Amino acid sequence: MIKFLLNNELVTLENEAAEVSVQQYLRDQKALTGSKEGCAAGDCGACTVVLGEIAPSQTGIYYRSVNSCITLMAALHGKQLITVEHLSDGNTLHPVQQAMVEHHGSQCGFCTPGFVMSMFALYHTDHPATRETVNTALSGNLCRCTGYRPIIEATLDACAHRKADKFTGQEGEVLKQLEAIAAETSTPVMNKVYLPSSREAMAALLQAHPDARFVAGSTDLSLEYTQQLKTLPTLVSTTRVKECRELEVDEQAVTVGAALPLSDIAPVLHEHFPQLHELIDRFASLPIRNQATLGGNVANASPIGDMPPVLLALNATVILDNGSDYREVPADKFFTGYRQTVLADKEWISAIRFNRMDEQTQLRAYKVSKRHEDDISAVCAIFTVTLEDGIVSAISSGFGGVAATPVSCEELEQRLLGKNWREQSTRQLGMEILAEAFSPIDDVRASASYRKQILANLWQRFWFETQSELLATTRVTAYA
Amino acid sequence: MRKLVDQPSHKAEHSPLLRSEKHESAIRQVSGSARYVDDIPAPASLCYASVGVTNVASGTLTSLDLSAVKHSPGVIDIITISDIPGHTDIGPVFGGDPILLDNEVKFHGQPVFAVLAETQEQARVAATKATMTFAEAEAILTTHEALAADAKVRPTHEFGRGDVSNTLQTAPLTASGHLSVGGQEHMYLEGQVSLAIPEEEDRMSIFTSSQHPSEVQKLVAEVLDVKLHRVAVDMRRMGGGFGGKESQAAQWACLAAVFALRTRRAVKMRLPRMLDMQATGKRHPFENDYEIAFNETGKMLGAKVTVSGNCGHSPDLSDAIVDRAMFHVDNAYQLGDTHITGHRLKTNIVSHTAFRGFGGPQGLIMAELMMDVVARKTGLDPLSVRKLNLYGEENGTVTPYGMPLEQDILADLIGKLEANSNYWQRREEVKAFNAASPIIKKGLALTPVKFGISFTAKHLNQAGALLHIYTDGSIQVNHGGTEMGQGLHTKIGQIVAHEFGVTLDNIEVTATRTDKVPNTSPTAASSGTDLNGKAAQNACITIKERLAAFFAEQFNVPAEDVIFAAGQVSAGGHHLPFTQLIQNAYMARISLSATGYYRTPKIYYDRETGSGRPFFYFANGAAVSEVSVDTLTGEYTLDKVDILHDVGTSLNPAIDRGQIEGGFIQGMGWLTTEDLRWDDSGRLISNNMATYKIPAIGDTPAHFNVALFDRPNAEDSIYHSKAVGEPPFMLAISVWCAIKDAIASLADYKVDPDLPAPATPEKVLMAINAIQNAGGEQ
Repeated sequence: MIKFLLNNELVTLENEAAEVSVQQYLRDQKALTGSKEGCAAGDCGACTVVLGEIAPSQTGIYYRSVNSCITLMAALHGKQLITVEHLSDGNTLHPVQQAMVEHHGSQCGFCTPGFVMSMFALYHTDHPATRETVNTALSGNLCRCTGYRPIIEATLDACAHRKADKFTGQEGEVLKQLEAIAAETSTPVMNKVYLPSSREAMAALLQAHPDARFVAGSTDLSLEYTQQLKTLPTLVSTTRVKECRELEVDEQAVTVGAALPLSDIAPVLHEHFPQLHELIDRFASLPIRNQATLGGNVANASPIGDMPPVLLALNATVILDNGSDYREVPADKFFTGYRQTVLADKEWISAIRFNRMDEQTQLRAYKVSKRHEDDISAVCAIFTVTLEDGIVSAISSGFGGVAATPVSCEELEQRLLGKNWREQSTRQLGMEILAEAFSPIDDVRASASYRKQILANLWQRFWFETQSELLATTRVTAYA
Repeated sequence: MRKLVDQPSHKAEHSPLLRSEKHESAIRQVSGSARYVDDIPAPASLCYASVGVTNVASGTLTSLDLSAVKHSPGVIDIITISDIPGHTDIGPVFGGDPILLDNEVKFHGQPVFAVLAETQEQARVAATKATMTFAEAEAILTTHEALAADAKVRPTHEFGRGDVSNTLQTAPLTASGHLSVGGQEHMYLEGQVSLAIPEEEDRMSIFTSSQHPSEVQKLVAEVLDVKLHRVAVDMRRMGGGFGGKESQAAQWACLAAVFALRTRRAVKMRLPRMLDMQATGKRHPFENDYEIAFNETGKMLGAKVTVSGNCGHSPDLSDAIVDRAMFHVDNAYQLGDTHITGHRLKTNIVSHTAFRGFGGPQGLIMAELMMDVVARKTGLDPLSVRKLNLYGEENGTVTPYGMPLEQDILADLIGKLEANSNYWQRREEVKAFNAASPIIKKGLALTPVKFGISFTAKHLNQAGALLHIYTDGSIQVNHGGTEMGQGLHTKIGQIVAHEFGVTLDNIEVTATRTDKVPNTSPTAASSGTDLNGKAAQNACITIKERLAAFFAEQFNVPAEDVIFAAGQVSAGGHHLPFTQLIQNAYMARISLSATGYYRTPKIYYDRETGSGRPFFYFANGAAVSEVSVDTLTGEYTLDKVDILHDVGTSLNPAIDRGQIEGGFIQGMGWLTTEDLRWDDSGRLISNNMATYKIPAIGDTPAHFNVALFDRPNAEDSIYHSKAVGEPPFMLAISVWCAIKDAIASLADYKVDPDLPAPATPEKVLMAINAIQNAGGEQ
């Protein structure tokens, strides 16, 4: 069975179908209709709820916003599911709710409960109340009525005046209840969804259920039943496997557990690869990053995923596991075809190792999409260049959206070696190579010709940004 | 300028009127307790409907095998068009909209059959199981193809004045061009949904998310083949409408009602997002052409403009939509000799429908394009050209359709905005920045909006209200308008509270119901408050007259001296608490219930001559937008926006500001990231929120100044306010013009870039390529 707190009520579930999302459970079974369905695909945030879980420090509750429409019920195990109906304290609105009222932040009101929940999660962080933190916290919530200005101001107002709330008061009691669940040793299982806590247990489950599929954050898998109406086979989740949840930084490398949510690894990646900041911040939305994992994004091997190009450009190593043996595969050998990888049957990604960069190497990560927030790349381009006395000693690259797999450009990496980085001809050569390197397709996001041109132009941007002196402002966003 | 009418001061100390009162549902909305149709507790017998759709865009159905649907788990009933008891055509005005496929395929994604099952998932799964074959026919998918084939849903309409052909031949300067204007998905956060509950015999209750409950009532009655009085429609609130639930909410209510009648069970029909996007119409894409004549000073001498709306497969509301596009081709400018033509083209695409602005934006953008073109050809600043050509004493105030502007305030409004936004200083700063920045280019534009207020279908300009006062003094008001987030119920509450001199907590504005106020118009055309506010006020006045007469009789004072204010009723030094008067009146057998009615005066339009006064008045505004454009990728940001907008006397400044800001950002989405795409088979491929991108929180500019232009409406509208729903949408044209301005900097502002809408980064880069390549050839 699985156990969780629904607001303050302990719930145990055993036989719920995997295809029943948290949202459906709330609306259909618990008559908690505050969470709305706007898209059933994690794109609009009207269904946002907050999950409270034991903070890494073990001293309190950590609150994260998630899209209930694409969250598996089994993922609630050991957590507190907080819904909009639970926020007020008696007849007193929660400060984030009150601020929304005061600032006229709701019009049609359909998106409002989702916004309120994202605001609540931000309220319970120690992030300063700035436009940037508000944009990040609300990046997964769409509003079609207000134009967002009053919502932004409500959030800034509430978060600038944080004070203890009902949840602070109940934290100790909730923590105790969650710890009791965590102390249980049996593998949580709900119907056909298993949540093993070790690699050995994972391997045993895979033996017992040969047709089982892996699941981590479920942000992509859920679309199979919410959008394509498919039924799911047995699922085994990597999210509790302790070997998949480690985060290790040493002199040489940053090694990231494959099953950690992206929002948990973002601070470490920001610290060691600050130039990835924009890409990570623009990877889907915060509620998605609160669920989605690096391992899931890499194993999916989508040609338009944003992290595989990073792995390619940083020459990362993918560490695979089958419960008894680990093996290491360089990123450039991992992707073998359209959504195909070298992963063997009953094998999963345990971790990703990124080598730390030396001071001679410069990294830039670019994402071009129609919308800044929560959009899929038309083109994603990652470049590094290593210079010795102004001469190129190494170049690496990774691209999304230009081929059937995430790719790098070998020709670029070979023909630019030994070139003087300051020379215009170096810029020119890179452009020429990239303009013809791939045969991208026309699709709903961009045309092939646009993709080819911006590949060459992103290279130009890279060249401009890595010269020893500033030659030009190169970006319209604040990240430049 | 015409003298303004004397304005009584409505802002009283204890009255909620003219104040930023909170949205009447705000507390419920933030608490998750505001109830939408899908949140209504399920009746015991509830089951769920879904539809199976075509996978071709044109042709005929040759076979339909529903056996697998029938045997799918949980299936209760299946219907095709032959199972409809009454009317099968649910077209709102002209017909042409079969409720389910009637042999001929109209578009890709058209509902063929409907299925009812025990659960929502079962209904949706079953709907995918039919085997259908079609004899495919050549489809017309674009406006250009429809023009070539002369395929139209309604006849072309034209109007104008003067001999524009001659003017074009003799003018010192001319220009011509074409603009593709994209459509727009409404993306109301709450998708289409209806709940039908069978009542006795063939009577039916409908709960629906619709801007037009009376039309739902009429169509349900017709489809069920019963009289209208047997159908009651209830509409408490929508999770957004924007025009998308004006005519196109009815189909789902009708299908649910047919099942409810057949099975005697409550039926819910809620469209999942992808089906909603495929099967309901959008803002019309337009292909527009212009030829203009002007002189070296930048003065317009003539314009010949053709607007061609892609209406989809049926007329729906397209006749009025293309008319409104035509009525706004001039925007705020005296174009000189003018000829305007509007085509209503028929394609094998979903039937396009109302969307905030109702064709106005697709016409109005042409005026702004023409001003930019004149500016680039003459070397003048675009703002100078705009000001030079404004309607006014010098240029004249009569539109191409013969309507004079009676309250001409735009020159004043633009002047204020120009000063407050430091337009000219910023113009110099932008030029200096661009001179020093090889890759990022800034652009700046100020564009005005003049938008006509009234339904152009004259009969829709009427409204009713029903008002009850209970014996505790609490007041319930019902009116024909619907609440979709715009704050209509809040404003109605303020009006009623003000009239009776009581506080807002004494007023309850109830769900819109066809059995309370009959024969209502859609809540559309920005007219909700203008029409229903007056109707509610008239209901108040009726009861106030009864109460005043009663009070006057009791205290022997003149009835016309009786004042309702601050919870008291007073005259001649006598006071009674409002509640006390109500109780006294009840005991004295005075009726405490009344209806109110309103029709808009002055309006008419003669289609034969193409002239008249289609609008009661105009709402105005202007915006300055500043953008940064990346010439390497075509990406851009909107850095600063300043808006000054005319809402007459604002009934609720916070709500009006919300409409202005929300309309602006929605308009910006239309012109930038919202990119509707159909593939070569006519299938919509931007069919979910992952592939169709409405503005997100980061798209709101950091500098977003909005001010209300403080001048009462010269017409006798409700407390001299002005409609605000649609006009601000078009302020976003300043963003598109600013992007063009940034691109134009690459050619020293001598060329107006060819930039279609939406100006996605890709389209911006194409325009940059074109201007750079042209520069290279010179």
